Amino acid sequence: MTIESLIKLKGLVYSYPGRAAVLNGVDFELGSEGLVGLIGPNGCGKTTLLKIIMGLLKPQAGLVTILGQDCLEEKHFRPLRPKMGFVFQDANDQLFCPTVADDLAFGPLNLGASRQEADRIAQEVLDKLGLSDFGPRVTYDLSGGEKKLVALGTALALNPRLLILDEPTNFLDLEAVARLEAILLELRLPGIIVSHDRGFLAKMTQKSYCLEKGRLTEA
Amino acid sequence: MTRAARSASFLARSDPRLKVLILVLWSFLLALLETPKAALVGLGGSSLIYALSGPKQFFKDLTKLLAINAFLLFIWLLLPFSFSTPGTAIQRLGPLVVTQEGLDLSILLSLKALAITLGAMAITRASSVFELLAGAKGLGAPEKLLAIFQLMTRYISVIGQQYARLRQAMRVRGFQGRSDLRSLRAYANLAGYMLVGGLDRAERIHAAMICRGYNGRFWFRGDFKIKPLDLGFVCLILALGLGVTFLDD
Ligand SMILES: Nc1ncnc2c1ncn2[C@@H]1O[C@H](COP(=O)(O)OP(=O)(O)OP(=O)(O)O)[C@@H](O)[C@H]1O
Ligand SMILES: [Mg+2]
Repeated sequence: MTIESLIKLKGLVYSYPGRAAVLNGVDFELGSEGLVGLIGPNGCGKTTLLKIIMGLLKPQAGLVTILGQDCLEEKHFRPLRPKMGFVFQDANDQLFCPTVADDLAFGPLNLGASRQEADRIAQEVLDKLGLSDFGPRVTYDLSGGEKKLVALGTALALNPRLLILDEPTNFLDLEAVARLEAILLELRLPGIIVSHDRGFLAKMTQKSYCLEKGRLTEA
Repeated sequence: MTRAARSASFLARSDPRLKVLILVLWSFLLALLETPKAALVGLGGSSLIYALSGPKQFFKDLTKLLAINAFLLFIWLLLPFSFSTPGTAIQRLGPLVVTQEGLDLSILLSLKALAITLGAMAITRASSVFELLAGAKGLGAPEKLLAIFQLMTRYISVIGQQYARLRQAMRVRGFQGRSDLRSLRAYANLAGYMLVGGLDRAERIHAAMICRGYNGRFWFRGDFKIKPLDLGFVCLILALGLGVTFLDD
C-alpha cells in the first residue's frame, strides 16, 4: 500500500488585487498525520490558504494536489470539493436553507442521493451531533453555537474524506467545545483545523503549522 | 407558544400546494369584485378562512391588518368627495361635497383590501415559508424564483442583525443622529458598508454552496398527497368563490 498524500501544496503564492502577497511560497503536505492545526496571527492568510485548497481562490503561482489529483482548473476541483468537508468561519454563510433538515439534505441531494436517503443522512448527522430533534428547526432561530454545529453537520453529511475547519470553536460554549472534540475524535478524519484555541488544538492534533509573513513553518 | 396549536389547525394541515393556489386565486377573485355587497361576503369568507387558521391573537392580528391597510386612510380622505369622484351629491361637509359614487367606491375598495389581506394573512400564518415554497414548487413554479425568495427570507434577518450591530457600534461610540453633514456622512458609510457587506456575503454563500456540490438545483420539497381534509378545503373555497361571483352580477 502506498501512502497517498491527501493534500499537497507546492510553492503557493497569492496576493489579493493591489495588495502585498499574503502567501509567499507556501509548501505543505498532509499525509497520515490525521488532523493538523494551523495557527497564526489575525490577517496572516489562514482563511485565504483554506480557500485556495478548496479551489475558491486561484493562486498566482504554485500547485495544489488533492487526493492525488493535480488541481489546475475549476473542473478538477469540482468533484473533489464534496470530499473535503469545509466549515466556514461564519456559519451564517453556510446555512442558507430555511430549515436545518433541508440544509443537511442539500449536499447529499447534490451528490445524487434520493430524497429519502438524504433525509436519512440528515437525521444520522443530527444524532451524531446530539441535535436529534433539530431537523424542523428554522435556521435563523438557532443560536450562534448551534449554527456552528449544524454547519459542521452540513460538511459531515457529505461523508467527506477530509475536514477543513476554519475556527470551529468560535461562539461555542465549553460544553459545545467538548461535544465537538468528542465528535472529531470519533470521526477520526484527517484534515486541517484553523484555530486560535491552543488547548483545543493540543487535544485534537499531533502537529501544528504556523503561518506568518506569507510562509508556513512547523510549530 | 401557539406554534404547536397552530400547526394542528385545519389550514395548517392542508396541502401546501392547495394553500398557495387558493391564496392566489382567492386574492384575484376578490380583486375583481365590483359590488360592495359581494366584497362584504368576500370579507366574510376571508374571516372564515381566518377562523380555520388556528389559535388567534385578535388584537395583534387586527392591528397588523389595519397597519397593512393604512393606505385606506388616503382613499377615505380623497375618493368620497366630488373633486375626485363626480356624481350625485348626498352630503355637504363645509366646502366639500360627498357623492354617492365616491362613497360606494371607497367602501368597495376598503372591503376588498381588507378581505384580500385578511385571507392572505390567514393562510400565511398557518404555514411556514418553506412550506409555501414547497407548495409553489409542487405547482410547478420555477425553481430560480423560489430560490430567490428562499434566500431573501433566510437573509433578511441576518442583514437586519448586521444593521442593528452597526447601529449599536455607532451609538456606543457616542454617535447621535443629527441633521448635519457629519451625521449624513456616517449614514452614508453605514449604507455603503451594508451594500458591500451584502455583496461579499452573497459571494461567500455561493462559495459555501459550491463546496457542497451545488450544481444549479435547490431541491425544494414538492412531494405531497391530497388528503380528504384538502377536499373539504376545496369545497369550502369553491362555495365561497361561486357565492361571491354570483352576488357580484
Ligand atoms: N477579499 C479580499 N480582498 C482583499 N484583501 C483581503 C480579502 N480577504 C482577505 N484579505 C486580506 O488578506 C489578509 C489575509 O486574510 P485572511 O482572511 O486569510 O486572514 P486570516 O488569517 O484568516 O485571519 P483571521 O484569523 O482574522 O481569520 C488580510 O490582511 C486581509 O485583510
Ligand atoms: Mg480567517
